[in-house]
Amino acid sequence: MLSVEEVKKVAKLSRIKLSDQEVEKFRQDLSSVLDYVGDLQKVDTEGLDIVANVTGLENIDRQDQAVDSPNQEQILDNAPDSKDGYYKVHSIL
Amino acid sequence: MQFEKLSLLELRQKLDNKEISSVELTKYFLDRIKARNPELNAFITITEDQALKQAEEADAFIAEPGGNFALTGIPFAAKDLFNTKGIKTTAASKILENYISPYDATVISKLKEQKAVLLGKTNLDQFAHGSSGETSYFGATKNPWDKERMPGGSSSGSAAAVAAGISPWALATETGGSIRQPASLTGISGWKPTYGRVSRYGVAAMASSLDSMGAVANSVKELALIAEAISGHDPKDATTGSQEVGEYLKNLNTDLKGLKVGIPKEYFIDGMHPEVKASVEAAIKELEKQGAELVEVSLPNTKYGSLVYAIVCPSEVSSNLARYDGIRYGHSSSEAQNLEEVYELSRAEGFGDEAKRRIMTGTYVLSAGYYDAYYKKAQRVRRLILDEFETIFKQVDVLACPSVPNVAPKLGHAANDPLFGYIADQLNIPASLAGLPALSVPCGFAKPEDGQTDMPVGLQIIGPQWGEQVVFNVGAAYQEVTDFHTRKPQK
Repeated sequence: MLSVEEVKKVAKLSRIKLSDQEVEKFRQDLSSVLDYVGDLQKVDTEGLDIVANVTGLENIDRQDQAVDSPNQEQILDNAPDSKDGYYKVHSIL
Repeated sequence: MQFEKLSLLELRQKLDNKEISSVELTKYFLDRIKARNPELNAFITITEDQALKQAEEADAFIAEPGGNFALTGIPFAAKDLFNTKGIKTTAASKILENYISPYDATVISKLKEQKAVLLGKTNLDQFAHGSSGETSYFGATKNPWDKERMPGGSSSGSAAAVAAGISPWALATETGGSIRQPASLTGISGWKPTYGRVSRYGVAAMASSLDSMGAVANSVKELALIAEAISGHDPKDATTGSQEVGEYLKNLNTDLKGLKVGIPKEYFIDGMHPEVKASVEAAIKELEKQGAELVEVSLPNTKYGSLVYAIVCPSEVSSNLARYDGIRYGHSSSEAQNLEEVYELSRAEGFGDEAKRRIMTGTYVLSAGYYDAYYKKAQRVRRLILDEFETIFKQVDVLACPSVPNVAPKLGHAANDPLFGYIADQLNIPASLAGLPALSVPCGFAKPEDGQTDMPVGLQIIGPQWGEQVVFNVGAAYQEVTDFHTRKPQK
């Protein structure tokens, strides 16, 4: 079973604010998922390569050339806040 | 005329012969959606105005000499995970509730080039995280066969819309069962392509090493036609293969003589519904009657598929969903006092429990100290599963087995069960991990243990990598001698 501190740490790393009640709920949920996958540890995987992708493709290059993309206005229309063509955020320092 | 009973090929003929216009056909299906959607909740957005405009353009195009692609003027629906320019694209989430996409997914562009007509965007499990349709921010979709039951998921709305005959076909997506499982539970045909056959560009990402864009329709023949339209290499998705797209429909070969069909014994699990088992076994016998040679095979690592998936999928989810930051697009918390809180509160308010669970599971198994034990271990076991399929496909041409071990459960079964999906999709996940093409085709009915209405059963056909043609061949051959795919729910 994960500890309360471990859940709080993983929530922090995930940038998701949790209430105390949610910490407890996800402590149970995450623990049950980790229990569920426990049997994998029993599988002998000595010498096997990891599967990063199944296509066999590697290093797909393209020319570094500018292409048309949707205009700035349409993209910024979806931003919660913008000003003068920039995203607007809270002050950082 | 009941147009929902006609195939896409028959609709093509009627349009080309000017027996009906695309506008009439579009209005017909829009009316059906408006009548049935309140009870089914299959659509999140109905794009009536755009659809009628597209239909007018399609009619003008059909009037020109040679103006007919396979799907010109034929209405369809798209899972609300596909970006559609100028139209809301929500991923059935609160965080994208008001997001209007500034661009089209490649698959949508291809269908626009064909002048197909988009009826609307269908419901799904939020961000495609789920196997019930219940995790949608916009409420659960109902199974048209029994509205107390789930249609499966995550492509819940696409499956329900086709099963109810309110859309002739629909785009769907699969990461680990999200096409085959709902197709099975709603009694329709579903195609999960080879990974890399169809572009992922512009489709909200879930687990990028698994995500495959496919379709649901009323028959395998129609899926073959759709596959030709949406497959192919896309420079915007570097994982698409450059293998030529076959003329799947024209090359359909339903003569199964000499074809070796493997029956993987591990797919007939303990606890399987006995009538589901009987239906699938009867379907396999049909293939034998048509000349196929049945070969019993063993895939002993099948049992690890869902376990590998329960690590790989959340890991990739945690990475892909990091982009929802409350700054560039999507929900932004009005309570946030500083930048840190913009992230933490926007994500807390915007994501549902299932998304949070997957993000945090993924973050945990990828974090320092756990990466080797969980993530790398899972990706090594995934290698065993890949190797096992590769060996089997040296012995047989396709595999035939159940799509799902049961029929559709009642709504509410998935709620608060963090393992529901991993278990529901256990027979679909291994092929997903290996990137293989597969179908689910209706093959009978079974009475649920907790109900009186007979519910659909699906036969799963799995092929080797890039083997779309052989799975279409077997599925179409089966549908030539059976009529389960033509049976529809009473209203």
